[in-house]
Amino acid sequence: MITAASEREAHSGPGSDAEPRAVAIADGVHWVGALDPTLRRFDLILRTANGTTYNAYAVRGEQGVAVIDTVKAEFAAVFFARLEQVARYDEIRVIVLNHLEPDHSGALPELMRRAPQAKLVISKRAPAMLKALLKADDQEIRYDTVDTGDEIDLGGRRLKFLHTPYLHWPDTQCTYLAEQQILFSGDVFGCHHCDPRLFNDRVGDFRFAFDYYYAHIMRPFKTYVLDALRLIEPLPLKLIAPTHGPILRERPRRYVARYRELSGADAALEPVPADAPPHFTLLVFYLSAYGSTARMAEAIAAGAESVPGIRVSLYDLEGGEVEPFVDLIEPADAIALGSPTLNGDAAKPIWDLLSSLAVVNLRGKVGAAFGSYGWSGEAVPMIEDRLRGLKLRVPVAGLRLKLIPTDDELADCHAFGRALAEAVTGSGAQAGPTTRPVIEYANLT
Amino acid sequence: MAKAKLTFEDIGQTVNVPAGVRVIDISEKVGAGIVYGCREGDCGTCMMHVTAGWNNLTEPSVLEEKVLRENMASRHDRLACQAQVIGDCSVKPA
Repeated sequence: MITAASEREAHSGPGSDAEPRAVAIADGVHWVGALDPTLRRFDLILRTANGTTYNAYAVRGEQGVAVIDTVKAEFAAVFFARLEQVARYDEIRVIVLNHLEPDHSGALPELMRRAPQAKLVISKRAPAMLKALLKADDQEIRYDTVDTGDEIDLGGRRLKFLHTPYLHWPDTQCTYLAEQQILFSGDVFGCHHCDPRLFNDRVGDFRFAFDYYYAHIMRPFKTYVLDALRLIEPLPLKLIAPTHGPILRERPRRYVARYRELSGADAALEPVPADAPPHFTLLVFYLSAYGSTARMAEAIAAGAESVPGIRVSLYDLEGGEVEPFVDLIEPADAIALGSPTLNGDAAKPIWDLLSSLAVVNLRGKVGAAFGSYGWSGEAVPMIEDRLRGLKLRVPVAGLRLKLIPTDDELADCHAFGRALAEAVTGSGAQAGPTTRPVIEYANLT
Repeated sequence: MAKAKLTFEDIGQTVNVPAGVRVIDISEKVGAGIVYGCREGDCGTCMMHVTAGWNNLTEPSVLEEKVLRENMASRHDRLACQAQVIGDCSVKPA
């Protein structure tokens, strides 16, 4: 519940680094985090036009205080200054880390030194990470692990835990303060947007930052987001307190709904005809300097199209931007990449595309590589290795041919496309269980 | 050298292998659906289900047991980057 007193305190804001102030977000619950307004790139991969915040919270019960998450190590001083305004270290009974990434665990070792009686509480997937994070620190840290359904009673205030792995590390969890209906959500529902007004109804427009954060941090884990939403959606929610960005107190449920929208089926137009039976999809991307790899691509696409139940699309990588191609690949069943070999390597747009796929889940998709070459032809095996590295399955050995394709070689391309489509759809003689001839180990390449 | 039949059920492919090879050494070469992350027994990505010949793989190490537990492995799941083949067995992605 947000009291009039806490409202007044909220108006006073978090203060400055020189004079940091804790901010009440509900009765007995304070924000004790840190502002990082000048940050422009987070974790190498995320840009931010407004810096970020490292949100940490203190919850006071009748029998002690819980600290929920900490801050990046270099912001420890302001975190401790804010924390000291709302609690003594000997009152801290519990430290909950919803996520162990260093921007939230950075001040943990020092907090444990200052509050040695406090019990650290982490998710059941977190111990191995905790050990790796603290291995350079001599301190022995005792911890308890929790799972969905576990709770800690602080006296009149109960912390309930939700196991929400892979949002966005294996260790992530959420903590729910039942009496006040506050969800401490970790990175879920967070964003990189620093505004000292702190609350979503006071800060500037952060919708872009919210969606951008989802797209880069949560998108690869959509199925886990949906699992987490099944735990979160039934909870009464007055406020969501994430570890980055604005505190969501005005209509918090709309951010939950937004996560469901973003994690749902592909929001793009369905391929036409919409009422057709389910299709497998194969996307063929190619680059071609003199037209040879393009002709291979066309023959492969035609071969694949000859298999029923698969929809094949052909794209010249030269003609498009990477991001829409990434959006296309996300729901596709298979991709084939064609590149000539230039100075012993595939052409750069192939690597640009492949290095942009970390934001989508590729596991189990089928991949394939092909290309024309002049004398050495390294591009095809290099692309295949990368596809395997990205957790695609590469069931059909890559196809390469020297310079200009002959009619026979184009027929090979057609057969390659057909074999690829059969591997995707599970049709054809090759794909049936136990129908393939046994291979001798010595003949594996 | 002792031989064993290693079958990848998802693609219906059997390979005659010398005893002692790891599943990882074969599965990618034949295009089976098991996928790999760290390749050193730490991340749990390559978890596979052993559908036949459970006893024909080397015993899991203490570390592999731990990773399997952390990844909520079910009975007869193993890590393909760790398990070595010592007799006929069939596997598929977990």
